[in-house]
Amino acid sequence: MQKIGVFVCHCGTNIAATVDVEQVAQALGKEPGVVMAVHYQYMCSQSGQDMIKDAIKEKGLTGVVICSCSPRMHEATFRKAAASVGMNPFMVEIANIREQCSWIHKDRQEATQKAIALGRAAIAKVHLNAPLTAGETPVAKKALVIGGGIAGIQAALDIAEAGFEVDIVEKEPTIGGKMTQLDKTFPTLDCAACILTPKMVECAQNDKIHILSYSEVTKVKGFVGNFDVTIRRKARYVNEDKCTGCGLCTQKCPQKKIPNAFNLNMDMRRAIYIPFAQAVPKVATIDPDHCKMLTSGKCGLCATVCTAGAIDYKQKDKFIEQKYGAIVVATGFNPIKADAFNELGYNQSKDVVTSLEYERLMNAAGPTDGTLLRPSDGKHPKTIVFVQCVGSRDTTCRGKEYCSKICCMYTAKHAMLTREKYPDTDVYVFYIDVRTPGKGFDEFYRRAVEQYGVHYIKGQVGKVSPLSDGTLEVQASDLLMDEQLKIKADMVVLAVAMEADKTARPLATMLTASMDTNDFFTEAHPKLRPVESPTAGIFLAGACQGPKDIPDTVAQAGAAASKVIGLLVKNNLKGNPCVAHCNENMCNGCSSCEHVCAYGAITYVAKEFKMPDRTIAIRRVAQVNPAVCQGCGACTVTCPSGAMDLQGFSNREIMAEVDAICL
Amino acid sequence: MDDPKKMKAQIEDISHVDVRKCMRCGKCSATCPNYDDMEYHPHQFVCMVEKGEIRKLMDSNSIYTCLSCFACIERCPRQVEPAKLIEATRLMVERERGANHLKPDMIVQKLDDQLPQQALASAFRKYTK
Ligand code: SF4
Ligand code: SF4
Ligand code: SF4
Ligand code: SF4
Repeated sequence: MQKIGVFVCHCGTNIAATVDVEQVAQALGKEPGVVMAVHYQYMCSQSGQDMIKDAIKEKGLTGVVICSCSPRMHEATFRKAAASVGMNPFMVEIANIREQCSWIHKDRQEATQKAIALGRAAIAKVHLNAPLTAGETPVAKKALVIGGGIAGIQAALDIAEAGFEVDIVEKEPTIGGKMTQLDKTFPTLDCAACILTPKMVECAQNDKIHILSYSEVTKVKGFVGNFDVTIRRKARYVNEDKCTGCGLCTQKCPQKKIPNAFNLNMDMRRAIYIPFAQAVPKVATIDPDHCKMLTSGKCGLCATVCTAGAIDYKQKDKFIEQKYGAIVVATGFNPIKADAFNELGYNQSKDVVTSLEYERLMNAAGPTDGTLLRPSDGKHPKTIVFVQCVGSRDTTCRGKEYCSKICCMYTAKHAMLTREKYPDTDVYVFYIDVRTPGKGFDEFYRRAVEQYGVHYIKGQVGKVSPLSDGTLEVQASDLLMDEQLKIKADMVVLAVAMEADKTARPLATMLTASMDTNDFFTEAHPKLRPVESPTAGIFLAGACQGPKDIPDTVAQAGAAASKVIGLLVKNNLKGNPCVAHCNENMCNGCSSCEHVCAYGAITYVAKEFKMPDRTIAIRRVAQVNPAVCQGCGACTVTCPSGAMDLQGFSNREIMAEVDAICL
Repeated sequence: MDDPKKMKAQIEDISHVDVRKCMRCGKCSATCPNYDDMEYHPHQFVCMVEKGEIRKLMDSNSIYTCLSCFACIERCPRQVEPAKLIEATRLMVERERGANHLKPDMIVQKLDDQLPQQALASAFRKYTK
């Protein structure tokens, strides 16, 4: 018989207001095996924990039941307290009388009875609990960062700084991400390239960091501390080690008319290209869809001009396998397509552009060399209308329900920079709300209004119609004046919503990391664990988790890196002993459990068994890899012969709990 | 006497519009092709219904100048459907009056070459519920 102590927590008034804690303690004190039952205001406090420790020592308890909040909250706290005085931590059980009882009941009597029932179930389980010991697995001392934008770069630099190896996998030919396409950044108006490119170079020069650009993750196996990752290195048809980045080939290639994605297709590049001057790694890449040599075998010019002999038309995709202890996801975002917003004329006029396109039109390295020109006729625009919330806060199928967070600020930036550079322009911003919570953000927006004379108008734009004279008629609401406006504009700039990158969803599946309905990665706890995914060993940085500006992204990337470092400094990780276990005598080798195991923890072995008639039979039986098993219990309920059982949650233990509640 | 609460409930019941979904963006009014001829504009219908000011809307010419083009419904980013409120207001007026203005047999006299079909359809919508 166990000697069990019961500790009922008031949780201030969280529990005690609805549950008669004294009555609960009294009732549970009469249960078989219970040698003491007390109640206390805050069990999780230092004195509450001391109470448990003292009772274990003085009364020689063999099991403990805490009636309190969810085990998610404080199971670890109480188990640690018990372990500190020599009790096996798995002899501690929690009855959740807060979330499952006091918070959802109004009637005090009913709630009290339910709390007693939950306590009884926990006591019944403790009777059958056995001490468990966690196994240990070694940690691979290397991190993987998926995505080489500012989030990935910052995380990699911080991890490398602590002395660990990091690989950055980036799908584009260069790292840098969206930030490379920006002109100036709010609210300080630093030049994006000036603050980003030194970091890119730092990554390239750091001997702990390996940049795998033009690559993608194709397979992830394993678990925290031991991820086995397969990476596809796409053929760039240029030998990265030989190419010196001189760019000679990119000037000679006869295929000149390929839309340049870096400038959002507003100008052309060649079939062999280096995305931009400060690309890292600075090597050429051949676009296989447009290269004449690769599509028809007729050209080969780049190979003849390349003095380094770097061109290799025969290159194939390569798959490499690496082991990592931790993974940082930094897959970032994309602006949504403006095509669906017919009324705003994006498809009807070249002079309706998205904000990112406008960013390129302002950039010295952009298609117009930094002079703001109308895309349609190259003339200097005089009246420019900015439309915020295009597709953001939009519950229709065209848009996204959430606020994209950065558009208010970058629109203010665009408006301000436009007025500063071209004081002869008239600039209008149509907004629903201006959202500027951030250090120096509101001051920035007000500067656009008060110092630069940008016309901010509360109300949406309903329609943009291209007129025959080449201008655009913008029909909009001025809600504060209660007017409908018609403005003749030369350019319209759409602040389109931000969405998660397309690669995020398949990646989340590979990582078994969870996502919300918008394909943003979810964090383990929105307040207390904001940079961890619920899947151990997977960390989140940047806009893959939700819309974010650069300061927030960099801060989160640093936080993710610190979590990674905290993991990688450990030599071994304690596993969870509550893993499945197969009773080989009962197993019939049917494979049901293997099929249902989402983590691939189950394999089969052929084993010899002595039969009752003394003959030897060879049978195929299941085996669980305890390091991979997550203790989800799916196999135990699937197994038709009842051979699979979960340690710490055995079928017997669970039935005892059910009986205690129902009988 | 008018009970604003009751009238609001009635409008919401007829239209099935949830006015609380409106985020006050004004895109409905920005889109309305007959804006200048309307005393109250689509976004105001939404706000005024929310405040229970139904009588003002019923007394306004806006319920007749609305073209029933549904542009406001089409463009609203929050699926609020202001024109349904306008339609419901018209209906309230008709019910209160207790009689139809337009009967099908009156149509023939009114037909001429200039009359757009849309006008007929909306006339029926406005006057015959
Ligand atoms: S491939 Fe050759 S020519 Fe092209 S950039 Fe590299 S070194 Fe220069
Ligand atoms: S081989 Fe291809 S990439 Fe090289 S110059 Fe010819 S078309 Fe351009
Ligand atoms: S349905 Fe009426 S209110 Fe709505 S846009 Fe058309 S005319 Fe305006
Ligand atoms: S468009 Fe929709 S959300 Fe915007 S003001 Fe009109 S009803 Fe409200």
